[in-house]
Amino acid sequence: MISLMINGKQHHYNDDENMPLLWVLRDILKYTGTKYGCGKGLCGACTVHLDGQPIRSCVMPVSAVGKQKITTIEGLSNNGDHPLQQAWQQLNVPQCGYCQSGQLMSAAALLAENPKPTEQDIDLAMSGNLCRCGTYNRIKAGIQMAAGMKVTSFNIDDFALDKQSIDEQAIDKLAMDATAKGVKS
Amino acid sequence: MNKIENVSRRGFLKNLGFSSGALVLGVQFSALLPIPKALAQGLIATTDANKTSFEPNVYLTIHSDNTVAIVVHRSEMGQGIRTTIPMIVADELEADWQKIQVIQGLGDKKYGSQNTDGSRSIRHFYQPLREAGASARMMLEQAAAELWQVPINECQAIKNQVKHAKSNKIVAFGDLVAIAAKLAVPDKTKLVLKSKQDFRFIGKANVALVDGKDIVTGNATFGFDVELPNMRFAVIARPPVLAGKVKSFNSDKAKKINGVIDVIQLDDLTEPAIFKPLGGIAVIATNTWAAIQGRDALEVEWQAGEHGNYNSSSYKQALAKSCDNPTADLRQKGDVSAAFKNANRVVKADYFVPQLIHAPMEPPAATAHFHDGIIDIWACTQTPQSAQSNVAQAIGIAAENVNINVTLLGGGFGRKSKPDFVVEAALLSKQLNMPIKVLWTREDEIKNGYYHAVSYQKLSAGLDSSNKVIAWQHTEAAPTISSTFSKGADTIGFEASLGMIDVPFDIANVYCGAGKATAHTRIGWMRSVTNINHAFAVCSFADELAVASKTDSKDYLLALIGKDRHIDINKENAEYGNYGETLDKFPLDTARLKKVLTQVSNMANWHSNDKGKLPNGHVLGIAVHRSFASYVASVVQISTNAQGKIKLERIYMCVDCGIAVNPERIKSQMEGAAIFAISLAFYGEVTAKAGVIEQGNFDDYPIARMNEVPPIDVQIIASDAPPGGVGEPGVPPVAPAICNAIFAATGKRYRELPLNQYGII
Repeated sequence: MISLMINGKQHHYNDDENMPLLWVLRDILKYTGTKYGCGKGLCGACTVHLDGQPIRSCVMPVSAVGKQKITTIEGLSNNGDHPLQQAWQQLNVPQCGYCQSGQLMSAAALLAENPKPTEQDIDLAMSGNLCRCGTYNRIKAGIQMAAGMKVTSFNIDDFALDKQSIDEQAIDKLAMDATAKGVKS
Repeated sequence: MNKIENVSRRGFLKNLGFSSGALVLGVQFSALLPIPKALAQGLIATTDANKTSFEPNVYLTIHSDNTVAIVVHRSEMGQGIRTTIPMIVADELEADWQKIQVIQGLGDKKYGSQNTDGSRSIRHFYQPLREAGASARMMLEQAAAELWQVPINECQAIKNQVKHAKSNKIVAFGDLVAIAAKLAVPDKTKLVLKSKQDFRFIGKANVALVDGKDIVTGNATFGFDVELPNMRFAVIARPPVLAGKVKSFNSDKAKKINGVIDVIQLDDLTEPAIFKPLGGIAVIATNTWAAIQGRDALEVEWQAGEHGNYNSSSYKQALAKSCDNPTADLRQKGDVSAAFKNANRVVKADYFVPQLIHAPMEPPAATAHFHDGIIDIWACTQTPQSAQSNVAQAIGIAAENVNINVTLLGGGFGRKSKPDFVVEAALLSKQLNMPIKVLWTREDEIKNGYYHAVSYQKLSAGLDSSNKVIAWQHTEAAPTISSTFSKGADTIGFEASLGMIDVPFDIANVYCGAGKATAHTRIGWMRSVTNINHAFAVCSFADELAVASKTDSKDYLLALIGKDRHIDINKENAEYGNYGETLDKFPLDTARLKKVLTQVSNMANWHSNDKGKLPNGHVLGIAVHRSFASYVASVVQISTNAQGKIKLERIYMCVDCGIAVNPERIKSQMEGAAIFAISLAFYGEVTAKAGVIEQGNFDDYPIARMNEVPPIDVQIIASDAPPGGVGEPGVPPVAPAICNAIFAATGKRYRELPLNQYGII
């Protein structure tokens, strides 16, 4: 029996101790915000925090977590109001969005450690997170915006929303088929 | 022509399950389908007594609670279609953005094509979507006029309300539903579309992504994330060689893995591959990890079959040879051989682009639940209708009993327009009689994909004494996409329309031809398709000619393109596809090509006399290409260090895609396209040995990382031309612009990709 503290909530796990944390989170405990991308720690899509440190959950056996507290994208903030999550929305950072959980977790760990990172600091902290859509410049801009710094990699005159606009533009989304709504439950 | 019909008038509302009235509008293609049909049928499962074949491509519903439901029938994979379609409909409707509900459409032919590839969503649906919105707006205004007994031209829809200025009366859309539902839909010829200056959303760069918050909070549902009660997870050991067979296998060890519940052999593949599963052995488990462990524990003896002799190195030599023996003449203008004889000198160069694979961050995944003679499927598919028909055929039920729910796609790039993975899930769910999620690992995605074809190209140009090009010859050998659909097809055809025969240069004598090339993998289409290899060759070669002529590359390109004109290649012994469009609507317009080229060079300070504006040691390369009915030029600025490594310093992109519906997403697509191109230029190479793909993950098939990506500046040409493609046209010019910059910096011309083989990355 393994005890896991995830986003402030206690879980018990009683299966293969060698199972990578990624699959425990996704398949067993249904935290599907953490993504699979490579299974080898090469792409960063599965990044979560252990006691605030970013790790690749696809290569970490669940038994190695120990007493460390796990934070996933679902626990980064209460209501999507982490400064990075806000900046991501203000700059329309995502394209497909699949890698962004991992990008945000890496970026959050960076800012927690280094609140005013240089561009090189950002490159260093983020180069383990792949994005096939190519959102890197906006990710960098989002980190700089959240850190209250000058945005260097993206022309924010081209596009930047204020927080109020984000809230005003929030709209309902429905799946076409009623049964699809049950997908997440 | 398409026609809009008021469904609610025809008594279908009672089937919709709405307790209150609703105005339901749909757009229909009468040219495609002759008889009217219930438009609302797909909204909520219902039986339509008046079954016909007149079907809408998209529709909207206005509810009496004043909400406006807008169906997005195309797949979201990062291009922003779930935001852009509502922008168009809401604008013409005069809807209040906050009253919108976005509904993802099920796979259904009534929408027209849902095949979200080919950079077509806005190109094909901008006008029908505007008409759907405008038609509803005019009916609501008419409803208000009847309510107040005033002339309709005194009523104006503004932000989910209709106003009567003279009397200061205001009524919400929702309160007009009952009246509007009884009205006839205005004839298409009577529709009044909004003027450009009245747009609230179209052309505006201030719209937040519809799914933005869900994505940043981890609440978005991708194909990998679908979860059904009692669902089991499947991974499949597929034959390492295309159309290979299982000779024998032992699953004893696999079945001992904790969590593995079953091992099932799938039918071997019989070519052509089309969208059929590849066969192999499926391991079913209670979680993904157990399934992967179980697969690793399988003991399988494979039989390779005829593709077991495929080796990339010898294949490349064969392609090179084949280029010298073109068996298909694809364009013949003038008399090339005579022109070469008359040429003052001839410049020749060979170009090579290897096999490539999509590598979307989310590999393919599909969840299927077969029950009660029907099957419910959730999948990250670009093409729900094709998924539907292929599943129906594979499991032997009628297409209408196959429900395809489209999740968000964690990238697509063409991979997810092949529904083989959806069929796998359907077959397993039917056989096991339980919900099954099939997940592809990264290795599966890279080793068992539909590959962008390896391509060898030979170009030659004859120059007269004034360095004018009087002869142009371009031959290519590459396996064709057609081979995936017709076994044995061995010569490119339609692929030549993607940047080869439509070379936009003003040259009197042109020959394009193709040699034979037998396919040994599934050949598919990947973002920008053969424009990648053709633009790489043509734009590199144009730069070589500029150098040979001792002329500035940009000036040379402008001269090569020549005077303003519309080129009709069909008049030059060629069949030009033009991305399925007429040349009347989407001409090959050299003025637009030159305009993006000129503008991008202004953005980048490209002037021989302005070199002082560039930082010391920085050098530029340029390229321009038309694809998917849009025009993109790119300048790449690089520097080199003492070790001979190159660094990308900045990329400039200028696009003319006609009307820019969602400029912010157009820019994001150009940013992403440039980075997609960096990846393929630097690293893109998939090779085979004895028919087996040698790469398997991001360690041996790398893609660009943040530290390799420079700032990317994008400008969009203001245009009133019909909207062209956006998702793909940004990719082709970037790789040649990189190589042209490298030549300018180092004097080394790299004609074979990827560049990491030269030790300069």
